[in-house]
Amino acid sequence: MAEHDITLTVNGTEHELTVESRELLVHALRDQLGYTGLNVGCESTMCGACTVHLGGDAVKSCTVLAAQADGGEITTVEGLADDGEFHPIQEGFQEEHGLQCGYCTPGMMMTATQLLDENPDPDDEEIREALEGNLCRCTGYQNIVNAVENAAEKMGGAAAQGDD
Amino acid sequence: MSVESVDPDDVDAADILGSAIERREDPALLTGDAEYTDDIQLPGMTHMAVKRSQHAHAKIEGVDTSAAEAMDDVIAVFTAEDVDVPGNLPVGWLLDSLRQVDHPMLAGERVRYQGDATAIVIAEERYAAHDAVDAIDVEYDRLDAATSPNEALNGAPDLHEDAPGNTAFEWEIGDAERTAEAFEEASHTASVDLENQLLIPNAMEPRGAVADYNPSTEELEVAMTTQNPHLHRLLMSGVIDHPEHKLQIRAPDVGGGFGSKIHHYADEALAAWAAKQVERPVKWIATRSETYLTDAQGRGHESHGEIAMDDDGNIVGLQVETEANLGAYLSTFAPAVPTYLYGTLLSGQYDIPAIHCEVTGAFTNVPPVDAYRGAGRPEASYLVERLIHLGAKEMEMDPVEFRRQNFVPDDAFPYQTQVAVVYDSGEYEKTLDRALEMVDYDSFRERQERAREEGKYLGIGFSAYIEACGLAPSELAGQLGAQAGLWESSLVRFHPSGTVTAFCGTSGHGQGHDTTYAQIVANELGIDYEDVDVVEGDTDEIPHGMGTYGSRSAAVGGSSLVKSSQKVVEKAKSIAAHQLEATEDDIEFENGEFHISGAPDRSLHIKEVAQQAYLAHDMPAETEPGLEATSFYDPDNFVFPFGMHAAVVEVNPDTGEIEFEQYVAVDDVGNQINPKIVEGQIHGGVAQGIGQALYEAAEYDENGQLLTGSMQDYAVPKAEHIPEMETDSTVTPSPHNPLGVKGVGEAGTIAAPQAVVNAVVDALEPFDVDHIDMPLKDEKVWRAMRENGGGA
Ligand code: FES
Ligand code: FES
Repeated sequence: MAEHDITLTVNGTEHELTVESRELLVHALRDQLGYTGLNVGCESTMCGACTVHLGGDAVKSCTVLAAQADGGEITTVEGLADDGEFHPIQEGFQEEHGLQCGYCTPGMMMTATQLLDENPDPDDEEIREALEGNLCRCTGYQNIVNAVENAAEKMGGAAAQGDD
Repeated sequence: MSVESVDPDDVDAADILGSAIERREDPALLTGDAEYTDDIQLPGMTHMAVKRSQHAHAKIEGVDTSAAEAMDDVIAVFTAEDVDVPGNLPVGWLLDSLRQVDHPMLAGERVRYQGDATAIVIAEERYAAHDAVDAIDVEYDRLDAATSPNEALNGAPDLHEDAPGNTAFEWEIGDAERTAEAFEEASHTASVDLENQLLIPNAMEPRGAVADYNPSTEELEVAMTTQNPHLHRLLMSGVIDHPEHKLQIRAPDVGGGFGSKIHHYADEALAAWAAKQVERPVKWIATRSETYLTDAQGRGHESHGEIAMDDDGNIVGLQVETEANLGAYLSTFAPAVPTYLYGTLLSGQYDIPAIHCEVTGAFTNVPPVDAYRGAGRPEASYLVERLIHLGAKEMEMDPVEFRRQNFVPDDAFPYQTQVAVVYDSGEYEKTLDRALEMVDYDSFRERQERAREEGKYLGIGFSAYIEACGLAPSELAGQLGAQAGLWESSLVRFHPSGTVTAFCGTSGHGQGHDTTYAQIVANELGIDYEDVDVVEGDTDEIPHGMGTYGSRSAAVGGSSLVKSSQKVVEKAKSIAAHQLEATEDDIEFENGEFHISGAPDRSLHIKEVAQQAYLAHDMPAETEPGLEATSFYDPDNFVFPFGMHAAVVEVNPDTGEIEFEQYVAVDDVGNQINPKIVEGQIHGGVAQGIGQALYEAAEYDENGQLLTGSMQDYAVPKAEHIPEMETDSTVTPSPHNPLGVKGVGEAGTIAAPQAVVNAVVDALEPFDVDHIDMPLKDEKVWRAMRENGGGA
């Protein structure tokens, strides 16, 4: 099995590591680098529990090979809070009870932050559509939708001031 | 109507119980600090992968592991021949007529479902273990397979020598003779043949275990995805022959269970056993495909039900025959689910004078079937509410009036049903009336009529569900065949500085126990919520426990915490009396303060008493130092939550597509400790119920091959599939526990399927459709409309 020496910058920290050609990004992040915030639900692009930002885009890290991500900038759930201050999406999930077991939550939040980046004021339907690739078995989604709306409201001020 | 959550800092200590405070478990889950089983890494850790049968039924002719053993990074390969411990998974609920069969953790002679384990590999890392599993060669002689109970009971090859005809048990409840008479005398009857399809639980976190054995101390620690660590410890200690007191089972954060993590499976036992063989830590984590093949499935009933009415529309009898799918082996609580958890709920919310139910349990070539969210109660509620719908139609009565007329009346509680149980409390018309208001039923029928004229098919469906939670007491459970008590244990411990740790034998996995239990204990002790910490899910830390399932945690675990807290207060009171130089009778306890009646300035706070109890310088005679108490709380009876759900749908006559116009849930779960959490549980439950109604089913081909073996094929509902739900509640406290709580975890899942199916069938009234089996996929609905002559 061929091996590759790669570099991944995760939440601002640069890591050098060696991966097999077939090693999935999710396993490199979790098992090699210890970013266990992202979770594995299906290993087949269906559940979204492993979603991270790669180069600013939300991607399912179970469908990206670690070697493909060489040189990439990655944000995981561990990188959402800023110096211990919750990101508005984290506050939204907390305030709206948008999580129960929490297993889907990191992936949900990574998808939601990208949505809010592209559409700062999404309606209910747009949120549900955007979350199409993220499954939750606990919450029935309603409070997740509310959480995203809550975050959008909080971020509204920042977005209006040309933040991001 | 949605509940606003509040910051615990904004709540007065005295109001903490019943307050919708935000969950304290969330920060770790929101930052990635949570620790799920697969997050655990131990020094020297190895990885286990399981060789699984691709056939649903076959004789094993030989297992060749040589290629796997020769591979790099492979440490060991084990087959059934290597198993030197009992290795036989036990069944935890015995019925009189039950035929017990062997369930080896590694199959040696025969595989009985696709996914049955034949060998395991232990390797240095995950990918290597899976590669080696692929290199194992198992030779099979294929046998015919049967996946439905009806097929299995009627001429399919026997799965087990000890269960001829694939009959696991025959069971009945109610009075056959009286019911037959009621049907003879009745003026009207209605009947239905229905299937309650097999479901795959699909907790988002797959099952897994990390086992670590210390050969010097013989201590074996297993961190695993469990809803009930102590029960797993007991069962596993027998299966792998390891002394119970040297086996630690710990539940890290658990990513959902819905029943699937109650049961004792081969895989977790194999990981624990293998750790002893290789004397290194072993991690096994199921892939999603493995969870599809091996997680215990739910439901799987084929039933015939009949309802009988007199001329005035009073229900006079109900009879049911059910064939229940048990899968290939008897899983932990499997025999209880289609019997005691099902037959006993067949009275629904109704006063039915004669009921009889017969259940035949069948072995089939699917994974073991056991409790899944609701367990038996959804099957009962679905059948009853479908029959009620059809009974009303037969009587040409409005389904709401038919229900109202037959409800158990408010003044009849405690109410003894004809199927053994006694309902605690209920005001069924209240939830009905509230739901009617929310859907504006007064104008609905007119609206429906007008819509029909325009070729639009609207329907409304009701579900007056009932549930039994907090199964108890232990003596009764024992009489019914349970091999475990159904009490709950807790320990409330004051620390000398005045903070408290509360330990409880339940084991939450998303239900927010840390928050609600802290609310309960803070309220009982009269101290700040922040001063109470809650510990669950570790057999080494918690004295004992039965775990979290069957919506028992608040009713039984929460009540146990009340009892332990009360014992602490009692002891603290005697210390306070002694130090205040008063008699105990003169001491009052309020908001954490002990004071002498009539002399409020002479007082001691319970935190000060805690400090004194550990100083032990000035204690009443014969009083031990320290301030903590344990209780083993065994409730007097079950609790019976209930409610009314209503769905308003529109069915597209050209495509069979179903669209929700409204989904309304009015639940009565007794007193609510945290209304925000209650609401969240209802949402999640309803989503799973809608999943069953519209999308989900485990489907097999004629060889017993799973056709829905991935998230691509098995439709776990997505955000766009679940409607906005409108929730409300009434509160009828249960007299069966000190908190007056009932139980909420399963309510939505029990309630939703029949609300949806009744709504669709109501919409299709002009097409004369009486029943469509779930899941109501577009095509099935479309066909049903066509079959009856094109309708309208
Ligand atoms: S684990 Fe990547 S999408 Fe499910
Ligand atoms: S919170 Fe459990 S899967 Fe979403």
